[in-house]
Amino acid sequence: MTDAAANWHRAQLAMALLAVDPVGLGGAVIRMRAGPARDTLMQGLTDIPLPQRKIHPNISDEQLFGGIDIAATLTTGQVVETKGIMSAPCALLLTMAERCSPALAAKLALTLDKHPHHCILALDEGADADEACPPALSDRLAFHVAFDDRIPRAAPHVPAGTPQGLVVNVTSTGEQIEALTALAYQLGITSLRAPQLAIKAARAHAALHGRSSVEQTDLDTAAALVLAPRALHFPAPPEEETAEDAQPQTEPDGADDGNANHDALPDGDMLVDAVKAVLPADVLAALVPAGTTRKAAGSGAGLKRTSNRRGRPLPSQPGKLDGTHRIDLVATLRAAAPWQSVRAKQRPDADGLHIRPSDIRVKRYQERSDRLLVFAVDASGSTAVSRLGEAKGAIELLLAQAYATRDHVALIAFKGTSADVLLPPTKSLVQTKKRLAALPGGGGTPLANGLQEAALMAQAGRAKGLTPTVVLITDGRANVGLDGTAGRAQAANDAIACAGVIRTNGIPALVIDMSNRPEPQLKQLSAALDGSYIALPRANAERLSAAVNASLAEV
Amino acid sequence: MKTPFPFSAIVGQSDMKQAMILTAIDPGIGGVLVFGDRGTGKSTAVRALAALLPPITAIKDCPINAETADECPEWSQNRTTETHSRPTPVVDLPLGASEDRVVGALDIERALTRGEKAFEPGLLARANRGYLYIDEVNLLEDHIVDLLLDVAQSGENVVEREGLSIRHPARFVLVGSGNPEEGELRPQLLDRFGLSVEVRSPQDVKERVEVIKRRDAFERDTDAFLKTYTKQDAKIRKAIVKAKALLPTVTQEDDILNDCAALCIALGSDGLRGELTLLRSARALAAYKGHDTITRDHLRAVAPIALSHRLRRDPLDDAGSATRVVRTLDTVLA
Repeated sequence: MTDAAANWHRAQLAMALLAVDPVGLGGAVIRMRAGPARDTLMQGLTDIPLPQRKIHPNISDEQLFGGIDIAATLTTGQVVETKGIMSAPCALLLTMAERCSPALAAKLALTLDKHPHHCILALDEGADADEACPPALSDRLAFHVAFDDRIPRAAPHVPAGTPQGLVVNVTSTGEQIEALTALAYQLGITSLRAPQLAIKAARAHAALHGRSSVEQTDLDTAAALVLAPRALHFPAPPEEETAEDAQPQTEPDGADDGNANHDALPDGDMLVDAVKAVLPADVLAALVPAGTTRKAAGSGAGLKRTSNRRGRPLPSQPGKLDGTHRIDLVATLRAAAPWQSVRAKQRPDADGLHIRPSDIRVKRYQERSDRLLVFAVDASGSTAVSRLGEAKGAIELLLAQAYATRDHVALIAFKGTSADVLLPPTKSLVQTKKRLAALPGGGGTPLANGLQEAALMAQAGRAKGLTPTVVLITDGRANVGLDGTAGRAQAANDAIACAGVIRTNGIPALVIDMSNRPEPQLKQLSAALDGSYIALPRANAERLSAAVNASLAEV
Repeated sequence: MKTPFPFSAIVGQSDMKQAMILTAIDPGIGGVLVFGDRGTGKSTAVRALAALLPPITAIKDCPINAETADECPEWSQNRTTETHSRPTPVVDLPLGASEDRVVGALDIERALTRGEKAFEPGLLARANRGYLYIDEVNLLEDHIVDLLLDVAQSGENVVEREGLSIRHPARFVLVGSGNPEEGELRPQLLDRFGLSVEVRSPQDVKERVEVIKRRDAFERDTDAFLKTYTKQDAKIRKAIVKAKALLPTVTQEDDILNDCAALCIALGSDGLRGELTLLRSARALAAYKGHDTITRDHLRAVAPIALSHRLRRDPLDDAGSATRVVRTLDTVLA
């Protein structure tokens, strides 16, 4: 079987298993673009013994969980409640799952935890790694199916979804549970939900084939379908001592334990093989370096505009009261006022005001978060010689634009052994210019200090509701460490560590290289920041400013 | 509604379990923050706690679970003086809940259909005398956090909007959980939590297997599983009730107060909330263990969970705050 065929087979198998035990397995994340392949796969879902309901990421609480039907309430004069989609057992198709907000994911996860009658199929169309279904949800769904090929012609047949046995009758032994748990641990899966789901998948597979107890092939399938997509690193073969280096994430004794256990288990090796068959060969290269955490997975929903000022009020508009809006009572009454005499004639029996659903006006706010540009400027001796003036000029140009867009600006300079906040976040252009002009150069390059200060300021800005961006302007020859001691190696390591802090916090960053020749160290640094890198060997202020602007537009 | 997993059946995570028991003994400690990886049993523990807590006596149909008829708010138009025993409320505050749902708002339906001005209580009212649980607390919208801060501090919810002017008691234990990799919590809110616990998924395969096995047994035959653990749960419940009764009689020497202050100074924690929480939780622990005076051992046991989130932040120090507390403990209490 080719890779694609095997992959396709697994995808179909996952759907077949879901049909056997939809509630126990929770559901699946199906990560593929809309197309014939996905359509074919979705046809398998009709076997799931639950009614299908489709929801979208912007669904309101009322639609999902039920609430009061304002329209019916107002027409009948009595409180009419609607039933939400989640109030009855169903298979939920969540389309565009990559745009699902953490809030919706949390609510769905809560429902899965508290009232297990549902099965969620998250259709994830994310284009890159950052765009994905929120982890709170995907962690609770058994299968993570990804398939980006065409359907292979010789697709193997997957047994129909009708189980030949009942899942509740399938038994599994303690050793089998241990084998799957140990394997999950070896694969670096910390969540304990994964092995639980794997066991259920093994049982569903056994039921699908009419077996009353779980066998090795069921375990293999479960490992390949549930554990492999979540794997963080390859399981280390017990005899290779060097494998320890490849996974510094695991503590030495932990790894030993795992390996000892792995030896003791009869089916361990075969399980590992089952997973290895699924993992592509370059998995290690594509994986996040062990020990680092990836930046908070974006929902792909764009940068959320939470405002520090709670938004400018806009004119209210007709709308529905769906729990996300607030009613504008005055506007509602005003809309209803002209009709009172007409309506009173129509319904002489009803007292009081006659308000129809169409009169309802809801409040609107325009929420826009202000941007905060944190400039971390290298004022060390090496930059000072020629480039500091240019940097200042560029910042001044940026400031002018920041003024136009009402951005906040903060200025941090690092030289000698420390970083100083020259200017806390402000909108004052004049003040910024003054402080900037007075900035002297000289001394070492404590890059790490500068980054640390920038990270703190960006975090503080975010807490105030601003959207921070860090702009680092340096020549990259870090030679002073965090503790103030000179030494290039230590200084570079510290800088990378501080960059990690910025990245983990999901703060966009931009590195501007001011050295005469592009500095490889700075490229590394910008990779650690997950930010853009611009080399400006011979900068003039205008070019620098244009580059920064282009780069910020992408952010 | 699914039966919650029994509290005593949770494997390991002793810090988290202890912190929750302490707040059950003395709600004045002010809440628990549980930070840790996904799938480590954070939400399981909170839901299990609900089943473990001793029931409270409240006026029937009272929106704020008042104990006596006098405390029952006027706006609820609840005239009964009949009381009933009900489980301690554990209210979920879902992410993305609107301000109206949290604090309560004008009852729009009644306002529009019957022309009456009535107050529709929110989650804070329901959580009175119980627990308010926020999963993914670090992802909560800022303006909801601000609201919570204010109410958690004053124990009173004040609603002034749409012509309503209503206040009602909202004393609850705040329980938050979250994954620190997904977002920071504002220090102001951090400080409002009395205790903070870091949970990690067990690093020992045997322990992990035990977790999975218990969970599996629970799901396959819930009744039989519950039977096994009901006794142990009842034991903890009894101990909590006993400790609650004992709590007012627990005393401390002045030396212990000195120790508390010395610890907080050495750690550089802001404000005096650190000392107060440390003392209260040590007292609750002493009561739980059936002792009538607080000793240094009690302090040692609770200091990491009471103080680790009050340290000055060091952005490069990932997880070491509990270790820092232990280190300081060793020097101060040497």
